[in-house]
Amino acid sequence: MVEATQSAYAPALTSVIPWRRGRIARVLRRRSTIAFFMCLPLLTVIGGLVVYPALYAINLATLNKAMTKHIGFDNFAFLFTRETFWMVVSQSAIFALTAVFFKALIGLITAHLVNNLPAKGQRKWRGMLLVPWVMPLSLSTLGWWWMFDPTYSAFNWLLALFGIGKVAWLSDPYWARFSVILDNVWYGAPFFLIMYLAALRSVPTDLYEAASIDGANAWQKFVHITLPMMQSIISITVLFSLIVTFANFDIIWVMTQGGPRDMTHIFATWAFKLGIQSGDIPLGASVSLFMFPILGISAIFILRGVAKRSREMQ
Amino acid sequence: MTTIAAVAPAAKPLKRRRSLARDRRWALIFSYFFLILFAIFFLAPPYYMVVTSLKTNREMVEITSNPWLIMQGFTLEHYKNLIENTDFLIFFKNTIIVTLCVVAITMVISVLAAFSLSRMRFFGSTAIATGVFLTYLIPDSLLFIPLFQVVKSFGLLNNYWGMVLVYPTLTVPFCTWIMIGYFTSIPKELDEAALIDGAGYMQILLRIFIPVAFPGIIAAMIFAFTVSWAAFIYPMAFLYRSDQLVLTVGTVTSLVRADVFQWGSLMAGALLAAAPPLVIYAFLMDYYIAGLTSGATKG
Repeated sequence: MVEATQSAYAPALTSVIPWRRGRIARVLRRRSTIAFFMCLPLLTVIGGLVVYPALYAINLATLNKAMTKHIGFDNFAFLFTRETFWMVVSQSAIFALTAVFFKALIGLITAHLVNNLPAKGQRKWRGMLLVPWVMPLSLSTLGWWWMFDPTYSAFNWLLALFGIGKVAWLSDPYWARFSVILDNVWYGAPFFLIMYLAALRSVPTDLYEAASIDGANAWQKFVHITLPMMQSIISITVLFSLIVTFANFDIIWVMTQGGPRDMTHIFATWAFKLGIQSGDIPLGASVSLFMFPILGISAIFILRGVAKRSREMQ
Repeated sequence: MTTIAAVAPAAKPLKRRRSLARDRRWALIFSYFFLILFAIFFLAPPYYMVVTSLKTNREMVEITSNPWLIMQGFTLEHYKNLIENTDFLIFFKNTIIVTLCVVAITMVISVLAAFSLSRMRFFGSTAIATGVFLTYLIPDSLLFIPLFQVVKSFGLLNNYWGMVLVYPTLTVPFCTWIMIGYFTSIPKELDEAALIDGAGYMQILLRIFIPVAFPGIIAAMIFAFTVSWAAFIYPMAFLYRSDQLVLTVGTVTSLVRADVFQWGSLMAGALLAAAPPLVIYAFLMDYYIAGLTSGATKG
């Protein structure tokens, strides 16, 4: 209202030049202009350091090794002929799917166990079980690495108590795959625990009471009440974790550096090895671009899940 | 007759209540039993790191001794060796500088943006809010190669100020996202009343929104702190001289390339480097968890 009267009187009251200056000042004072300027730092960071590099990666991937001329899709064609590339594809899939499955399963089980406890004990247990998620991953992986040490492995010592011979945790390729997945499950399961515990608490208790009166047992309550009520949060966390696990770098780089025989490489570590260590930046960029489709698909579903979840919460 | 009739129906629920109580007790014992197993699994690696860092080298190399216990006395020599003979303190100083700068930059950027996106709609503001969430989903391992070129063009390769430049890509999207959630939950009447009283947007932000959404600000700061403290792939790719390294990369690279007798110092370094996030978590656990869970449910 005030703005409208001002703009109606302004031209009549002032001469031409002050009028123009006044208009600029008014545009600057306008709500949407201020809002835009408040967003400008965010847009600069996202535009300059996320969107531009993402597009630049596509450009990089079409260059030759010396980065002097464009060679189209030759880098991709070269990758398809490499046996290691296909091994990386399958290992990324095995790593991400297995780890996420066990993380979600352990998260669901532990969330139920904690939820069974009396309310005042829950906080202590929750605090204790979240420690793996809080420790910086590269540093806790050092601890795992030491536990898998070929000579002094603490696990082999425990196995020896049961009369089981030494396991070559990191030098046998298949045990190495097992070991990196175990570390990842250890690190990620607490995140699921926290998310599921929060979701479990938001399920109305009268639903369970009604089911008890109807004679439902614990399993029936879980299948017919808990799971449907938690469906959207489960799918959001699983998809989110799928992205993070698929793009993992820390565990494999610290523990195996992709070895033995490149069998534990996933996209991030192989891209690092080719792009940074071997100095072939275009080839490394092409490898990391292969992560993009699966991330894009997961992102769309997460976005849908979050929208649904926030509708449910209202 | 009447007394019997009155007692009989009462006895049955009593018995049922007892069996319910017994069921509940068994469920509790069951829960505790398995929770203890899971707690052992989750806490074994940090426990083993502590044990290793306090053990003498002589005991460590004895194949027959129990690696999970300290039988021949504690020692602090690994910590002493770490402080005196390595660049650990330089890594620590670099990490503190980088993390504090990143937290400050992140909070300014994301609070301003979240305020404008949640309250002052403008052309394209909803698209930006969705875009912020999408950028949060882009992992660092997808961007480190092009960012290597970007950092190089700024002349910041092998310089920890380059980390101050690139870490906001890890922290800003999520912090903005949770701040949008917290700001949206503030009732509109509050800022409308302030507008009528003649307050400017900056005053509304500083005097109303930041104080009211303070728990959210703490949660976002904790997130920014832990993420930039733990960041690994960027410093791994962009830093290589030991006077510029941050803790994660410094511990992993410069302490590792030794023989087996360095294990004690390596574990001591990993524990000290992991300590600040753990301490913050121990004191501000509820904020930490609120930040973690609000990401998927708010907004």
